[in-house]
Amino acid sequence: MCLGIPGKIVAITENQLAVVDFNGVRREVSLMLCPELEVGDYCLVHVGFAMQRLDPAEAQETMELLDQFLEASGEPS
Amino acid sequence: MNPHKNQDEGRLAPLLLENIAALADSPMRLMEVCGTHTVAIFRSGIRSMLPPGVELISGPGCPVCVTPAGEIDRAIALARREGMILATFGDLMRVPGSSSSLQEERAKGNAIRVILSPLDAVKIAEDNPDKTVCFFGVGFETTSPAIAAAVMEAQRKGCSNFYLLSSQRLIPPAMRALLSAGKVNIDGFILPGHVSVVIGKAPYCFLAEEFGLPGVITGFEPLDILEGIYLLLRQRKEGRTEIEIQYSRVVQEEGNPRARGIMEEVFAPVDARWRGLGTIPQSGLALRDGFSQMDAAQAFDLPLQDIAEPPGCLCGEVLQGLIRPPECSLFGTRCTPEAPVGPCMVSTEGSCAAFYKYGRGDAAK
Amino acid sequence: MKDNKITLSHGAGGRLSHELIEEYFVPCFDNALLRALDDSAVIPMQSGQANRLAFTTDSYVVKPLFFPGGDIGRLAICGTVNDLAMAGAKPLGLTASFILEEGLSLEDLKRILVSMKEAAAEAEVQVVAGDTKVVEHGAAEGLYITTAGIGAISDNVVIGSAQAKPGDAVVVSGPIGDHEIAVLMARGEFSLQGEVESDCAPLNSLVQAMLKACPAIHSLRDPTRGGLATVLWEIANASGVGMVVEEGAVPMRKEVKGVCDLLGFDPYYLANEGKLVAFVPEKEAAKVLKAMQKHPLGKEATVIGKVTEENKGKVLLHTPIGGHRLLEPLSGEQFPRIC
Repeated sequence: MCLGIPGKIVAITENQLAVVDFNGVRREVSLMLCPELEVGDYCLVHVGFAMQRLDPAEAQETMELLDQFLEASGEPS
Repeated sequence: MNPHKNQDEGRLAPLLLENIAALADSPMRLMEVCGTHTVAIFRSGIRSMLPPGVELISGPGCPVCVTPAGEIDRAIALARREGMILATFGDLMRVPGSSSSLQEERAKGNAIRVILSPLDAVKIAEDNPDKTVCFFGVGFETTSPAIAAAVMEAQRKGCSNFYLLSSQRLIPPAMRALLSAGKVNIDGFILPGHVSVVIGKAPYCFLAEEFGLPGVITGFEPLDILEGIYLLLRQRKEGRTEIEIQYSRVVQEEGNPRARGIMEEVFAPVDARWRGLGTIPQSGLALRDGFSQMDAAQAFDLPLQDIAEPPGCLCGEVLQGLIRPPECSLFGTRCTPEAPVGPCMVSTEGSCAAFYKYGRGDAAK
Repeated sequence: MKDNKITLSHGAGGRLSHELIEEYFVPCFDNALLRALDDSAVIPMQSGQANRLAFTTDSYVVKPLFFPGGDIGRLAICGTVNDLAMAGAKPLGLTASFILEEGLSLEDLKRILVSMKEAAAEAEVQVVAGDTKVVEHGAAEGLYITTAGIGAISDNVVIGSAQAKPGDAVVVSGPIGDHEIAVLMARGEFSLQGEVESDCAPLNSLVQAMLKACPAIHSLRDPTRGGLATVLWEIANASGVGMVVEEGAVPMRKEVKGVCDLLGFDPYYLANEGKLVAFVPEKEAAKVLKAMQKHPLGKEATVIGKVTEENKGKVLLHTPIGGHRLLEPLSGEQFPRIC
């Protein structure tokens, strides 16, 4: 029930607002729910608010399951 | 870089599907609670690729579908008031009330603005001090912290012309009500990834502990969904009944405590009506005393009417996962996206709309 | 002009009307036919191998009037030229009618007319007749433009929505969605910043290059309102065929995708004003593609699918993970969504 889009913080302005880049398009996003975010961080954005830091390293870890399948099937991972 | 997108989707998906098929020797019925999952499952083509043993059933997690017609009518009544601007998410524009919709009201010249963020509504209030601005706040736990933050912002800025018409609902109470009714036949849950960003894992534990059902908190990319389905099948194989997090790149076990704190500071749980499901205790949110001066329902004396569903409309059954859209006799005949009878056909992520738009190419499904 | 704005007197038919036409319109569309200022333009019939005329009209009410990549004037010329081009016709002439709102700035009017002049020159077509009316403030949001066009179709060209055949390659001339997203961003309603330009362009020379490579192209459509999905669905139904489209093959700029993600839009329903979809006999596809890629408006042309015997009237999208879903025509306006 919720579109959450990943974006990259390119600037932080005053009043807990940030400029977030989505594939070359930018919008102002509030950091009120995630004030610890920094420039360069990826975050999940919903209705103009950063909801959580998006961890690219974690994204790689999710692939471990798939690596196991690939190993099992003899394909290169 | 899209950190969600795996470049190798085309190669990895068949692998996941193979492993799913290997575990689907006996039928497993999985409910995807969240409307965004319903749409993602259709649009990715997953529905057309699952083995026959895995059945996906859509649940009540479509905020548009479960907003009662009476609440749409209240929003319309507000929009019709002299000097009022009603701000709403686009999702609500086409939902039928008892006699009209916000889209139709806008066409008549009433001031209705589609916004992307609750903060946009606050800005409209700031920019139009001579008008009254009401934000029609619909959504689940994903959206409520943002609505709460906007309410706090409006108070901080002294926007005395800003009001909230709250139509927010909570997912775990609805799931409990569904299961307690005892009518639905489900073997596991694909749990809403973005609601869980806020609430974390704990609120779902009752599914496993009280009802013996597994759940996997799942993301929205095709590989996420396939992995979520796989993990549910694997739990069954291994005799486990747990709540797992597949969407670990954004969902923390504890969710987002700050977001929850803001939500709890502004809103209190109340009983709420869900279209098609009836009243579910403590399943809605209302403004607490400190913010009640912004409550549009109180300020503008808007009684909530109980509107009966149109005759023949089976949205309630669809939302509870008791029937699939094609089993409703109105589906595709009297009820289509161009002329919807009930909300499940109006909402872009309503089960019926998704089935109609994406699913009719699958003869077998 | 003493004032710098349009007034109701400019529409009264008297001296001010005449001045407006002489000082603003005629210089922009300057040609012998228009300069005659007769009530009708008289165009000699072309003899030879073109015995059919294509005839079309469209009205343009876009807001804002100016947006990155174009304006209402450019749109008015290109839109009608493109409708002619999709029939395989060479444009013979356009008319342009203007409804001007009282209060429209003359500077804006001039800018729009110059843009129309430039677009017409690109399309190698002339505006041979026109009309202006002025309406009171509030009645036209700046201005509305209606253009009509006629074109000649060579006898050896048989193009239509009902002509697509099983086996045909489905070719798109470039990335989809640019125009609608550019206009949406220019409206500023959702506070999105980014460099997206409308693709508004006249496609007639691209079509002629394609027809030279293969006169037997079956169908041509420009996916304007309703987008790619609507056009594909219409052709599938008019021709009584099915279609399979590879989602991964459909070109889209990453900024357009970014906006679609943010607003929850489906890019297959977005309007384009400088793109075409072609249904080309299988054997000729490579040749046509090559000819398109040589043309400035077809550099990113690519095959996105093919026409099938099965699934008549349906357009199936093959998804990147190997599944499929139906592509339905647009029903109603797309609203941004949060869910």
